[in-house]
Amino acid sequence: MNITVCLKRVPDTETRVRISDSGTSIDLGGVKFVLSPYDEFALEAALRMTEASGEGEVVALTFGDTTSRETLRSALAMGADRAVLLNGEVTMDGLATARALVSELGEADVPLILFGVKAADDDQQQVGPMVATLMGRPCATGVSSFELTDGTVVCDREVEGGTERIELPLPAVLTVTKGEFEPRYASLKGIMAAKRKPLEEKEAQVSPARITVEKLEYPPPRAEGRIVGEGPDAVPELVRLLREEANAL
Amino acid sequence: MGDVLAFAEQRGGELRGVSNEIVSAAATLAAELGGAAHAVVLGGPGITGAESVGAFGAVRVLVGEHDALDQYVPEVYAEALAAVVRGGDYAAVLFPATAQGKDLAPRVAALLDVPLACDATQVSAADGVVRVVRPVYAGKAFAHLRMEASPALVSLRPNVFLAENVGGTAAVESFAPEVGTPTTRILEFKATAGGSVDVAEASVIVSGGRGMKDPENWHLLEDLRDALGSDAALGASRAVVDAGWRPHAEQVGQTGKTVAPKLYFAVGISGAIQHLAGMRTAQTIVAINKDPDAPIFTVADFGVVGDALEILPRLSEEIRAVTAD
Repeated sequence: MNITVCLKRVPDTETRVRISDSGTSIDLGGVKFVLSPYDEFALEAALRMTEASGEGEVVALTFGDTTSRETLRSALAMGADRAVLLNGEVTMDGLATARALVSELGEADVPLILFGVKAADDDQQQVGPMVATLMGRPCATGVSSFELTDGTVVCDREVEGGTERIELPLPAVLTVTKGEFEPRYASLKGIMAAKRKPLEEKEAQVSPARITVEKLEYPPPRAEGRIVGEGPDAVPELVRLLREEANAL
Repeated sequence: MGDVLAFAEQRGGELRGVSNEIVSAAATLAAELGGAAHAVVLGGPGITGAESVGAFGAVRVLVGEHDALDQYVPEVYAEALAAVVRGGDYAAVLFPATAQGKDLAPRVAALLDVPLACDATQVSAADGVVRVVRPVYAGKAFAHLRMEASPALVSLRPNVFLAENVGGTAAVESFAPEVGTPTTRILEFKATAGGSVDVAEASVIVSGGRGMKDPENWHLLEDLRDALGSDAALGASRAVVDAGWRPHAEQVGQTGKTVAPKLYFAVGISGAIQHLAGMRTAQTIVAINKDPDAPIFTVADFGVVGDALEILPRLSEEIRAVTAD
């Protein structure tokens, strides 16, 4: 089965974020970028499915500027067969991103489209279900494991207070969370092979963003805290402070 | 024009507490837009207490009951809700950024062809323009956004917006929801042992890290959670999730959940940058760690230095003693 995995290049989660002088974006100097961690789970899932069945190709698809080439190369190094870059400016408007992806996905008609459950930068958790809705396909979000059967996909997903098993007819869209699909490291052979795999670039068909960033701010500083004491003997004072000062109990 | 619709989430036919926060925010926003706040509840037959949203500022509550809405089937809920929005003249639609709200809102946005801002911590309007503040990079920064479509769809982070009882009443109007044929089928639901409050929605969180030394010691955190009441949930650091001690669903931080509870206990967590980003907007933070130089103490309101395994039993006991009164 052919599977397309939609990926995003994001700042490494250990990165300290600095707001640029413009005040509406982050300063990219010295920031290390990675494939969004949840997208790695999605890619790993796709690779395992095609490896198990012995047929079908895995396509890595991203919408972004040319710096995303590097991200797609790392997906190819993990094992994706080919990659497509939709060249354009990504904004906070997830629906514009979804439409740009659909303009490409609509042509390919793959039976299974995977996303990470969220991107580690904007964390809006919206592009996957939007793409599914625009394409009229069923979608399960937060999938921790899944099995492909004849014409359906059966997913386990994290929901409040437990896990749910849900069956979707194919073609379908899934957003994948951490679970069964611990991502592999790219092998040296994979990294070498990635250089020869096809990476196609197209201009993205993007509508103007209808959400604009007016400014970015750092989180408000927290008031200076205090060390209440050491060991169990500090507990009564801690509880008193929580009750009387913080009004938290 | 100028009306605001609040999606009021129910569970088992009763409105969830978070719904009051969404309705309150909708009432404030509607006043800024020169309109009125409405609420909508969808579910199977037997929804009760929907009129209670009147106390939080909604003047109408639309109640759509149908057998097909008994379970949350995303595409069916999305179609039904989109039809309600199309049937009104709404400048904004607010959702709770709960597990259900996060799943539902994007689908409704796509059906209505309007953008969506998720997990907002502020929403306001001036001159008819809706503006939103939301965390980015898991809270390392906050983005101030201008919404340029109507209705503006926004999901609101639980525990951030005050549910303010203004003592009003809402007219209850039942309607027949537009229900399509579900394509997805729920086969099974397995409850996780111990507590059904999602860590992203809990008002109190007890998180454990490497300083707990062994997964066998987690009963001490469970006991503290139980002492703190039914709206408390367990959280975990990335280190203990990666080590397989705790499920990923509990992970707090940039690669887990971003949380904003009223009270957060970080127990045996040193405070990696991606963890701090995910919890620093908690109202009150308590850190327990044996290393007095651990970064977690830089964001904590109250810190106790020492061995978590010795401190926890005493803490649960003292909390039970004071909250029993």
